[in-house]
Amino acid sequence: MSTLVIKDLHVSIDDKEILKGLNLTINTNEVHAIMGPNGTGKSTLASAIMGHPKYEVTQGTIEIDGENVLEMEVDERAKAGLFLAMQYPSEISGVTNADFIRSAINARREEGNEISLMKFIRELDKTMDFLEMDQDMAQRYLNEGFSGGEKKRNEILQLMMIKPTFAILDEIDSGLDIDALKVVAKGINEMRGEGFGCIAITHYQRLLNYITPDHVHVMMQGKVVKSGGPELAQRLEAEGYDWIKQELGIEDESVEQA
Amino acid sequence: MTVETKLALSAQEVSSFSQSNNEPTWFADLRATAIEKAAELPMPKPDKTNITKWNFIEFPVHTVESTPFNSLQELPTEIKEIIDIEGQENLYIQRNNTPAFLKISEELASQGVIFTDILTAVREHGDLVQKYFMTEAVKVDEHKLTAYHAALVNGGVFVYVPKNVVVEKPLQVVFVNDNEEASLFNHVLVVADSNSAVTYVETYVSTIEESKGQANLIEEVIAFDNAQVTFGAVDVLAKGFTTYVNRRGHLKRDAKVDWALGLMNDSDTISESITHLVGDGSLANTKSVVVGRGQQKQNFTTEIRHWGKNSEGFILKHGVMKDAAQTIFNGIGKIEHGATKSNAEQESRVLMLSENARGDANPMLLIDEDDVMAGHAASVGRVDPIQLYYLMSRGISKAEAERLVIHGFLAPVVNSLPIESVKEQLTKVIEGKVR
Repeated sequence: MSTLVIKDLHVSIDDKEILKGLNLTINTNEVHAIMGPNGTGKSTLASAIMGHPKYEVTQGTIEIDGENVLEMEVDERAKAGLFLAMQYPSEISGVTNADFIRSAINARREEGNEISLMKFIRELDKTMDFLEMDQDMAQRYLNEGFSGGEKKRNEILQLMMIKPTFAILDEIDSGLDIDALKVVAKGINEMRGEGFGCIAITHYQRLLNYITPDHVHVMMQGKVVKSGGPELAQRLEAEGYDWIKQELGIEDESVEQA
Repeated sequence: MTVETKLALSAQEVSSFSQSNNEPTWFADLRATAIEKAAELPMPKPDKTNITKWNFIEFPVHTVESTPFNSLQELPTEIKEIIDIEGQENLYIQRNNTPAFLKISEELASQGVIFTDILTAVREHGDLVQKYFMTEAVKVDEHKLTAYHAALVNGGVFVYVPKNVVVEKPLQVVFVNDNEEASLFNHVLVVADSNSAVTYVETYVSTIEESKGQANLIEEVIAFDNAQVTFGAVDVLAKGFTTYVNRRGHLKRDAKVDWALGLMNDSDTISESITHLVGDGSLANTKSVVVGRGQQKQNFTTEIRHWGKNSEGFILKHGVMKDAAQTIFNGIGKIEHGATKSNAEQESRVLMLSENARGDANPMLLIDEDDVMAGHAASVGRVDPIQLYYLMSRGISKAEAERLVIHGFLAPVVNSLPIESVKEQLTKVIEGKVR
């Protein structure tokens, strides 16, 4: 079992503090949903864990099995087992999807122990079929000209090919129609198991109809303010966030504009 | 006031060089006139690069003797890699100034295709060469360097494809430079007669560290009505050369020329690629990639000039600059009066890898006709940190991520090179340069 522990995390962007002391612990074989209204710091959490160049961690720790993630470069974090399915994946012209994914897989392997081309192609074909993706997407340039839905599927394709220990899904459901959402959820459910933990960040309960979370957390004002089981998500769907605000005496849930 | 330049060779020396080659009178005369003009004519003035202090004139020796290759097995490994030794049916190799290997398929020869070194062509196909050598595309008296070239031509290739002949397999040329005293005054003349088609791919490779010579290269493509020419070139000349390379197309009615140029010299380089769309409905695609490094100074002018109606010209240039390299990219789409319904498009992108490098993209559209289409896009920028973040977030190292982005950036041109081995070589050269 692996554990990702986030303690007292403070994160700023352009000197504005967005996360203000966030705590979260995730084990493999668990799916955590992080919910909350817009502007409460959910995506900042995802970016800070992965090491986005614009986000500065000013206080707190992130550790995987005791290893200090914050001291690692972005690629080292990935090799330590982290994966972020991004809300807005970059487009890279001239680099085919297949070449990119193969590079990513081989980056985790020792020199001389690279995945064989045949094995890679078999696995890629199989996974693309599973995600109901056109085979020609393997030879298209990475995310270039992909529709919003194609980009999201492509993030899940990478997830399934790379097989990380912990995946963070940053609003993987936004902009997806119901069929695409089902496919994306199918991919994530396929990954669930002993060696895999997941943080799904979402605005909407809808995603959680297809991916049942083990734990649900609500973020407001740059912190986790409430945690519970799947029933918490259902109550949020039915009643919205106001009852939590009342319960906690919060007037404005967004990160204050300093 | 004209100042006479003291040239490296006298008129007398040019004349005896011509005699030693048994050149016909017309060519000896052309050289004689050219050497006179070279003394008087002004230097070219590449836009935004001052070349007054560059040495385009002096060299240690005009011509060096090299040993020809008896078989392809004798080639150095780095040259072998460029050639499909078994499969390449039509191949010319020049070693410094010496024709070193020639192979042309019987089929092409029987169809009347001419593929030989330029000085042999001057002797054996004088009527054809005389008609097109610096008459239609480049003129001898354009400036000092064109005249100097005409006077001193000491290598190059002549290709002639007769009417209605479609050459299926590419013609490959390799200019090997393995003598640091060598100067290259190569002239390439490709004439594609009406309704013909040909693919020509050349590579300049230096296997020496540093040259003491000149590279003054003029290459002309004449495409007659409805002819199609694909012209690929990879230039990898050593530092030390002062390189002037002029590639020019002259297209008649409905002719089409696709240029794919990998401009990878380590020398200071002035490069101009100009295509004249003379005939109605003619079309030119000019794709080039450039990598600059070290203290290199380069100027690349790419121009498509529209004279014919419904003519179309597309310029695509991608450059990567590192270290303290300085490069000017001039892109010119010029539509002359009367070239109605023409379309001139261009795109220039420069990627900067270092604070000290300089890259300027200057797109120009010069339009003397109302009823046309034209467009341009230009950008100079650095590798996008968010792209790197994305790639690295999958476990790819920063260096590898940069490599992927740069390759991707250059891919549109690299992928359009028509010979696989040359494409691979260019990829390798780029890899070596941007590392």
